[in-house]
Amino acid sequence: MHTLLKASAAAALLAAMAACASRPPPVEEQPVAPPPVEETVEETETVVTEPVETSSITPGSLEDFRVNVGERVYFDLDQFRLDSDDQEILKRQAAWLNAYPNVRVLVAGNADERGTREYNLALGERRASAAKDYLVSLGVSASRIDTVSYGKERPIAGGSNDESWAMNRNAWTQIVSGATS
Amino acid sequence: MLKRLMPLLAVILLALGLAAPASAQLQVRVDEGNFKPTPIAIPDFQVTGSNTQLARQIADVVRADLASTGLFDMQNPASFIQRDLSINAEPRFADWKIIRTDALVVGAFEELPDGKLAVSFRLWDVYGGELMRINGEPGRRLTTTPENWRRIAHKIADSIYTRLTGEDPYFDTRLVYIAETGPKTERVKRLAIMDSDGANQQYLTSGRSTVLTPRFSPSSQEITYMSFEGGRPRVYLFNIETGRQELLGNFPGMTFAPRFATDGQSVLLSQAQRGNTDVYIMNLRTRESRRLTDHPAIDTSPSMSPDGQSVVFNSDRGGTPQLYIMNTDGSPRACPSGGRDTACRITFGKGRYSTPVWSPRGDLIAFTKQEGGKFYIGVIGIDGSGERLLSESYLDEGPDWSPNGRVIVFFRENRPGAGPQLWSVDLSGRNERRVMTQTDASDPAWSPVLQ
Repeated sequence: MHTLLKASAAAALLAAMAACASRPPPVEEQPVAPPPVEETVEETETVVTEPVETSSITPGSLEDFRVNVGERVYFDLDQFRLDSDDQEILKRQAAWLNAYPNVRVLVAGNADERGTREYNLALGERRASAAKDYLVSLGVSASRIDTVSYGKERPIAGGSNDESWAMNRNAWTQIVSGATS
Repeated sequence: MLKRLMPLLAVILLALGLAAPASAQLQVRVDEGNFKPTPIAIPDFQVTGSNTQLARQIADVVRADLASTGLFDMQNPASFIQRDLSINAEPRFADWKIIRTDALVVGAFEELPDGKLAVSFRLWDVYGGELMRINGEPGRRLTTTPENWRRIAHKIADSIYTRLTGEDPYFDTRLVYIAETGPKTERVKRLAIMDSDGANQQYLTSGRSTVLTPRFSPSSQEITYMSFEGGRPRVYLFNIETGRQELLGNFPGMTFAPRFATDGQSVLLSQAQRGNTDVYIMNLRTRESRRLTDHPAIDTSPSMSPDGQSVVFNSDRGGTPQLYIMNTDGSPRACPSGGRDTACRITFGKGRYSTPVWSPRGDLIAFTKQEGGKFYIGVIGIDGSGERLLSESYLDEGPDWSPNGRVIVFFRENRPGAGPQLWSVDLSGRNERRVMTQTDASDPAWSPVLQ
């Protein structure tokens, strides 16, 4: 299980990096105004992200979740509010989880390194809980979702710059069990 | 304001007492504005036996301890004129006045028939021309086993420091900290312990689980800390003597930010559950816990006042992380900014404040401050007045106090991407210095003075 997590972590890092490249560069502190359009206009985004042959991916597998759904949502500085991008990813996660009811997940909340350890542990927990609450509101049973906070202790990006910090402010939905192999 | 590289200075007061009694002897002032380190001479000790090398090492540690305070100007042995010092005779004060030393330590090292060693010493006020009694005694004699020699050195340094400054001792203590290795994205964090001067470093945990924020018990050989053992953050107790590790409490959520209560009988900590973090206190004997805050904001990093009546903590209930004080019993208190409340905010400066730690003397709170892309260690009065910043860098975090409340230890990342190191700074803001560790290190915490 440990090696599985590790492998999926490495894969997720690559995926997140790829995702990052296609996202607008994160901006510090600037409150993101809610987009004027409703969530239905996001169709194009799925086209942009991955040139992966979806046919080679087993539905219900870890890879399916990682590639076709998306494991992470990202937060603004000091925030735990879910913006429309985050909600879109969580909706896909919820739909997937509802389709594969044996899957259990762990949502890990993370913070960037520009805060103190203890506060960031609390902030990470808030972020994980925000993601969990949203999944639950979309019909996923709370008993299938554990949460944990890693504070600033487990960055996925090792840099000390705005890009890395933006990557490290996330809630990461990790499949614990029940996926198709 | 403070400048990091300001010279390490201290004022001396040479009271050539005519009317005043013995207390008017040589006195090193630790708080004065106009600083000049006090010249002190510590020649190698007289040796009875063959272990000249060990005798010299002990004297070296005494010298290093005292020099590390920034309050003393350690005189160069090559300049010493009198070479026939004896612990049983008065020194030739004139010889020591020529080299302008104010204080002189004369020591003697003996190997005892049972294999132990003993060190005796006396402290002389050169300009006063008299012996400085220590706890009413004309000198001290300390005995121990050879492998424990460093503690004798620290105790001698403590005696001299306390006698000359009037401050409580702090050299014969230890630091617990987090030893860090490996790349940032796969960091290994282990609990480690060492003497206050960085000697005798040992690892207490294997590194299999990430551990954070160790803190010493004020009354026993125990540490409380947070570990990811079992996958989620939880607070543990660790017994230094037995190596036994024990989960603290049975909280449904994750627990972190532990710190012993002043009497050592309870542990303050945070529990996070369903997106909300509050502060609790757990009695170590009954294992019953009581909730101290009940607020939808993050409440964490509790630290108790020395009298046990109050708890300072970090909360973002005002929108950003700031410091608040509450009564331990939950009753409302009169806030310095007016009105009565269950929690009074004490920080109103620009920036974010966190990791408050109450001084052992009771009058100050040390904190981490984050503002304008920098981090600072500072202190503030318990009524929110007199904020002073003592250090500044890319990341300075996690202060803890020496048991005498004179020195603050913290960790620092000097620049983006640099690994953390331990540093200390005097309460005056002077004498910032690195505390050497074998690996990157963070979250230092000071032990009480050893018994």
